[in-house]
Parts: sequence; structure tokens; C-alpha cells
Amino acid sequence: MPGARDLTVELGGTTALSGVSVDLPAGQVTAVVGGDGAGKTTLLRALLGRVATSGGTVDVPPPERIGYEPSTSGVWPTLSVSENVEFVGSAYGLSGDRLRSRAATLLATAGIDDVPDRLGRDLSGGMRQKLGFCLAMLHSPDLLLLDEPSTGVDPVSRVELWRLVTAAARDGASVLMTTTYLDEAERAATVVALQEGRVLASGGPDDVVGTVPGTVSVGDAPPGGRRAWRRGRSFHSWTPDGEEPPGRPVVPDLEDTLIALTLARSEEPR
Amino acid sequence: MRAMIVKEFRELRRDRRTVAMLVALPLLMLVIFGYAANFTVDELRVAVVGDLAEQAEQQITQQVPADAPATLDLVDVDPDAGAQQARDALRDDEVDLAILTGDASDADGGRPTVLVDGSNLFAAQSASVLVAQLGDRVESEILYNPDLETSWVMVPAIIGLILTFIGTIITSIGLVREREAGTLEQLAVMPLSPTSVVTGKISPYFLLACFDMVLVTLLGVWLFGVPFRGSVLLFAIGAAIFLFAVLGIGVLISTVSQTTGQAVQVALMTMLPQILLSGMIFPLDAMAAGVRWIGYLLPLTWFVKLSQGVMLRGAGWESMWLPVVVLTGMAILVFGVAVIRLRRDIAPARGAR
Repeated sequence: MPGARDLTVELGGTTALSGVSVDLPAGQVTAVVGGDGAGKTTLLRALLGRVATSGGTVDVPPPERIGYEPSTSGVWPTLSVSENVEFVGSAYGLSGDRLRSRAATLLATAGIDDVPDRLGRDLSGGMRQKLGFCLAMLHSPDLLLLDEPSTGVDPVSRVELWRLVTAAARDGASVLMTTTYLDEAERAATVVALQEGRVLASGGPDDVVGTVPGTVSVGDAPPGGRRAWRRGRSFHSWTPDGEEPPGRPVVPDLEDTLIALTLARSEEPR
Repeated sequence: MRAMIVKEFRELRRDRRTVAMLVALPLLMLVIFGYAANFTVDELRVAVVGDLAEQAEQQITQQVPADAPATLDLVDVDPDAGAQQARDALRDDEVDLAILTGDASDADGGRPTVLVDGSNLFAAQSASVLVAQLGDRVESEILYNPDLETSWVMVPAIIGLILTFIGTIITSIGLVREREAGTLEQLAVMPLSPTSVVTGKISPYFLLACFDMVLVTLLGVWLFGVPFRGSVLLFAIGAAIFLFAVLGIGVLISTVSQTTGQAVQVALMTMLPQILLSGMIFPLDAMAAGVRWIGYLLPLTWFVKLSQGVMLRGAGWESMWLPVVVLTGMAILVFGVAVIRLRRDIAPARGAR
């Protein structure tokens, strides 16, 4: 199974990843979540062989069987949509009718088949990310690595992008995507939460939710202290085992879970 | 306002290249304009040939007027040599002027003939003044550029400048754009070998520069009547090698720049000394020795020597081998280092996989 085992990466003297393991089963979407600087992109780059690892192993298919969409979308800004497709297709050995029909299907699914002559730089953010996804999927890779494909994309385009991602997994690819949107991660088969280069929690979304120690509660007034956070109109807080929660206890969702886990980790004696 | 000034200085301090430019540019300007900006060639290399060469040598050393614009450096006094040897020495840029005496001169009344190399514009101007001071005592002839046309000397040099421009600025921008857009990372993970990425990336610029070179050469010859007297093959080979050297500089700049702005900044910093110290504007012979040696380290200097030699004087391999060899050395060194660095940017990291 593709993935990484006990991966450690040092970048410029600091540990960017420390003992990270992730399995990428075929036909499943794995979401890597975490804040800025948590190590999400480094994990992708290590899987791609773009950063040197100082420990652990990486097991991925050969480059021609990997599809990759960088966070910058990987679209050539001064090439048109169809020229982008043609260039990437030929780099992966696709040409002629095979490339044309594959591209037509993908672009139509992504809803960008009506602008073949528009330059990459003239596409809206959402369209560019969708084109980037199509480029990564063009050669039907066994492993699809997507770096924040939905960041900066409007809600409607995010829904469409997610549809494309799940379709890719359904067709048998192992998909790994990084995201900062936890509602997206909740739809993945496996969630890997990274914090400061370490795995905070990993497993199915429900399993990850189950790992929260203590209680998550909801109240209408700010309870004070650094264990509370605001969501919409209500105030959520986390209380360790043995303490009285300030509000009504709830089953946490993924967002609450990750905040609670981060708080719990920060209160652990070092 | 104080906060604004402090913020500006802080930002400036982090932009090392701009600071380097602020410090280096005035120094560079001072040195170049102080030591190099001199159009007057005050020492001329002279060959004296013909059977009266030795007498002429004595006469010259005694008779050169005190207010002559240049002193004469008699590099070759050979009574056995004739007019042809003198012309060869001029063609091969061994001397700036040649004096034909006795049987070598066909001027009437046994007067000596002074041959001046017109492709060396400022030396030729000094020589013309000197010849004029000698009046009727000598016959004179300016070779290669009889009317001392500036355009004839500039066009071969401009060809080099244009190649430098494309090779350095355009190439580095083209490569940095890929880094800026984040697509270099994309290329790196595609199943393309680093060699084919590098070759595919550089070839278009090489071809464009070749096209420009042919265009400018033809236009120069057509518009300004610049002669092309030498071997086209020698010129083409020299230009291609020179192109590798300047493309190498462009690629090298792209590997140390993150943005187009940075690349242009560095490229301009490499172009300015080439323009000023290559001998295309200020004659190398008129520069102070230290600055002249900086000129000899720049590829454009050698290309200007080659293109002026081949186009104007019809110089061949026997005298142009040195520029070709030096340019080859520079091309191998610069292009090699550049390609190694670029490959390192896109090759997989060691220890991975």
C-alpha cells in the first residue's frame, strides 16, 4: 500500500516532520489537516521525493503513475487551457485521440470545457484549481496528491472539486489531499491531523472524534479562559477529565476535536 | 512619518541585492569611469618593414613631434619583411599601424607608406593625427575602415550585445517565471528527465538568439554597409560558443533569483560592466591595466574582438583562435555550472524514495 512510515524530515535545522506514518489505500481519500506550518506540504513533498528524508520510508508508485497538484495549482499562466492539457498530456505520454477524449471528459466534469482558449492567468481562482486538478488526473494516476486544492476557492467550486476528488478515488486511485477546511476533511475516509510536524490524531473522522479526552461543551456566553473558542453565535470549550464543563456537553465535530486535541496536547507535561 | 522611514530602512536592509547595488554600483561607476572611460589611445603598436626599416626606426624615435597624440611602441622592426607581412600583422591585430619603408613602399620619391588599422577606431584616430603632423613626408592609407565609420566598428559589437541581452535577461526571466508561477515544482515531479527539462527550456532561447544574430548581422551589413570580409563559418562557430556562455549566465542568474525583478536586477548588474569594459565603447588599449583585466574576464570582450576581426579585417583562425579558445573555456565553465545548478533544482532530493 502506498504511504509513508515513521517519516522524519529536517528542513534548515528544524524538524519539519517527526515520525509521521500515513497509509494511502487505493480507492480512498485521505485528508491531511493542520494549521499553517504543521507540515502538510512537507509531507506531500516527501512523498514526491522533493525533500530529503532523514528517517523512515516512503512507498509510492513511479513518477509516471503519480498525479500532483501543487498549492499554486500547477497551471502554466501563459498557456491556454487546451495548451496546458496538451503539454501535461504529452509529458505523461498521452497524445492524439486518447488525450483528447480523456481531457474532454475531465474538463466537462469539472465544468471548464467551455473556455479552451482562455489563458491560465485569466482563469478565476476556482477554475484554475479545477484545471490544476484535471492536469493532475489526466494520466489516471494510481496515487493522486493534492496540496490544498480548495484553498481560495468559492463554496460552489469547492463542492464541485470535492465531487471530482471522490470520483477519482471511486475509480481506484489513492488520493491524499491537504486542506485547512475541516468540513471537507470530515468527508474523507481517513483524517490525519498534523501539528508541528507530528501526527496529532489519525483514523476515520469518527475515530478521530472519539480520541478527545475530557469534555467539549457549548454555551451562549463566553466562559473566559484560553480553553474556549467561538463558533458562529455560540461558545465552545474544552474541559479535561475531572473538571466541571461550563456549558452543555456535546459530541464534538472534527473542528472541535482538533482544537480540543491541540489544547489537550499543549497542557500535557513536557 | 518616522515609522514609515524606519519601516522602509528595515525592508531595504532585508533586500540584500538592492543594498549590494547601492554600494557596488557607485564603486563600479567610479572605477569604470575613472579608469576606463578614456577614448584616447596614447600608445600605438607599430611594425616597421622594408629594407630601410632600421634607419626608419632611428628616424621615428628622433622625429616624432613632441606634441604627438600618442607614443609609438615599435613591436616589430624587420628589414626582411615586406608589405604583405605588414598587412598580415594589421589584420591579425598585432599592431595598430605599419610603416613600409624602402622597397616595401610604393609611394613616389621613396617616401615611406603608413598603413593604419581602421577597425581599431580610436587608435586609428590617434594614428591619423600623427600622420597628418608628419605631412608630406609620408604616404598613408587606412585599411578595413577607410572612412573611420563608427557604425562599422559598433555593428559587430552590437551583435554581441544583443546576444548578451537575450542570453542573460530574456533567458533568466523565462526560467524564473516558471519558479514564480510554481510550475517548476510541477516539471520536477513529471516523468521528464532533468536533462530534457533543461534542454527543452534553454533551446528556444538559443534558437531565438541565433535568429536575432543572423537578422542583426544582415541588417547591419545592409543598412550601414558594414563589410563582412572573413569566414562566415568562423563567425558562426564563435557566436554559437559565445551564446552558450551568455545563456549560461542567464541560467545561473535564474538559479539564484526567486522573482523576475531579482533576475532583471542581477542580469543588469552583469550587463553593465560588459557594455562598458568589453572594448565596444571605450578602447581596451586606453584603459588602466587593472580595469582592462576585468574586461578580459568578460565574454563580450572576446566576442567583440572576434566579430570585429572577422567582419572588418577578414581575420582567420590563425589570429582568432585565442578568442575562440577563451570563449570555449568560459562557455564550458559557466554553462556547466548553470546546468548543474538547474538540474539540482529539479532533480529528486537525495535520501528520498
